[in-house]
Amino acid sequence: MDKPKAPIDYNNAVITIKGLEKSFDDYDVLRGIDLQLFQGENLVVLGRSGTGKSVLIKIISGLLETDRGTIEVLGQDINRISDKELQELRIRIGFSFQNSALYDSMTVRKNLEFPLVRNRKGITKHEIDEAVESVLDAVGLSQTINQMPSELSGGQRKRIGIARTLILNPEIMLYDEPTAGLDPITCIEINELINEVQQKYKTSSIIITHDLTCAKQTGDRIAMLLDGQFQRQGTFDEVFDTKDERVKPFFDYNFIR
Amino acid sequence: MDTEIQSAPQLKKKAPKPKGKIATFFVSLYNIHKFILRFFREAFVQPFEFKEIVRQCYEVGVRSFTLISLTGFIVGLIFTKQSRPSLGQFGATSWLPSLVSIAIMRALAPLVTALIAAGKVGSSIGAELGSMRVTEQIDAMEVSGTKPFKFLVCTRVIATTLTIPILATYTGFIAILGGYVNVATNEGTSYSTYMQQVFDPLSFTDFTASLVKSIVFGFTIGIVGSYQGYYSTKGTEGVGKAANGAVVTAMFLIFIEEIVIVQITSWFR
Repeated sequence: MDKPKAPIDYNNAVITIKGLEKSFDDYDVLRGIDLQLFQGENLVVLGRSGTGKSVLIKIISGLLETDRGTIEVLGQDINRISDKELQELRIRIGFSFQNSALYDSMTVRKNLEFPLVRNRKGITKHEIDEAVESVLDAVGLSQTINQMPSELSGGQRKRIGIARTLILNPEIMLYDEPTAGLDPITCIEINELINEVQQKYKTSSIIITHDLTCAKQTGDRIAMLLDGQFQRQGTFDEVFDTKDERVKPFFDYNFIR
Repeated sequence: MDTEIQSAPQLKKKAPKPKGKIATFFVSLYNIHKFILRFFREAFVQPFEFKEIVRQCYEVGVRSFTLISLTGFIVGLIFTKQSRPSLGQFGATSWLPSLVSIAIMRALAPLVTALIAAGKVGSSIGAELGSMRVTEQIDAMEVSGTKPFKFLVCTRVIATTLTIPILATYTGFIAILGGYVNVATNEGTSYSTYMQQVFDPLSFTDFTASLVKSIVFGFTIGIVGSYQGYYSTKGTEGVGKAANGAVVTAMFLIFIEEIVIVQITSWFR
């Protein structure tokens, strides 16, 4: 499956990161990251496990604090905004977790309603039902509406996790390992869903993965994270055609070329 | 568009973290203090999450109801049975109902209820929130612009603070009934006489002190369980530690609070 063309506005960066550093105890995870995400773009951040890919998007969403550097998201510096402003900003950012992070004591319907009723004051029951049906339809899981998360398969949980973020109509989507732990066919379905979300909801996305199929199928641009820095950025083929000994092994062990 | 970055920028050196048990203890104390302040900051601001508070009150009550009923009855029965020989030596067995009521209302009912709730409810809150933390459910609430602290912590702490006093009052009456079974069996005292002798020695201060104690115990159980769970780490091991920590810390604090409140109420008698 080829990546569908998306209308990307390269003059409008929705996320701008400059000199980002983050360490845990004595371990320096991110060492001066510079990055821009453009309006309508799917940016894939590739890298081995433990290179700080998830840390990067957790910082972007304000779940983790930076040690140094600036992060501008939708025109707001997340290090300088108040808690209230951060909360309002988060509504415009969707975050799909690696393990879906569905609320296991709630049904699928309640999972989807939860962010909606808390962020849209005065929303009617009819509007809630409509929004829930719409996002469930978008991820193709209308039949699961009354099921508990424990009754869903891994792929279904991922889809419901994505639906839960879509219900607030986010401008930016952050996907943390969207295909991790899924069979190859479900992986392709999730990749297609990511592209559909980009097209239908006009989102700009950062996709964290170490799955090259996912990177090829969803990414308009690939950024290769190694040793706490982006070593290469470009299209899939541009990043692929390298003699860089640090980057090459990552592709050599893969079957898709 | 392809770019290559060759050199890493200069890394900054971080200040070393405080190490050792004493430093860790004071850091924990500071964090709990912040946690409690955050509770008061968020609990009384809209939206109030009434539905969730009612659900949590129901959970707290239902989780402990059977055990509290059984324990309360047995405590009353055994306490009366064990006190009889001592009072009998002075020919004062008729004082048994008064002794039972004072002991139960002033000390045993709030304390027994709180200890049982610490085990049943506190551990459950710690494990539940701990599990939500390690499976990123709390993070998911955070990034969706909802307020997980208010929804998860404030509702649970309010629920325990409201429900434990009700349960303690219930335990008191069940324990008094347990005492009645023993007194009626041995002395053949009627129910109305027993009840009159039970309530005669009790003052308004006794009821108030018992109520205040239960409220403090309830708040402690809720806040400790929530704190342990909300900040649990290290996967499933962390969940176990959160549940365990919730029980041990809550019980320890309950005993300390019992001593302090008894001392304070003794000044009013």
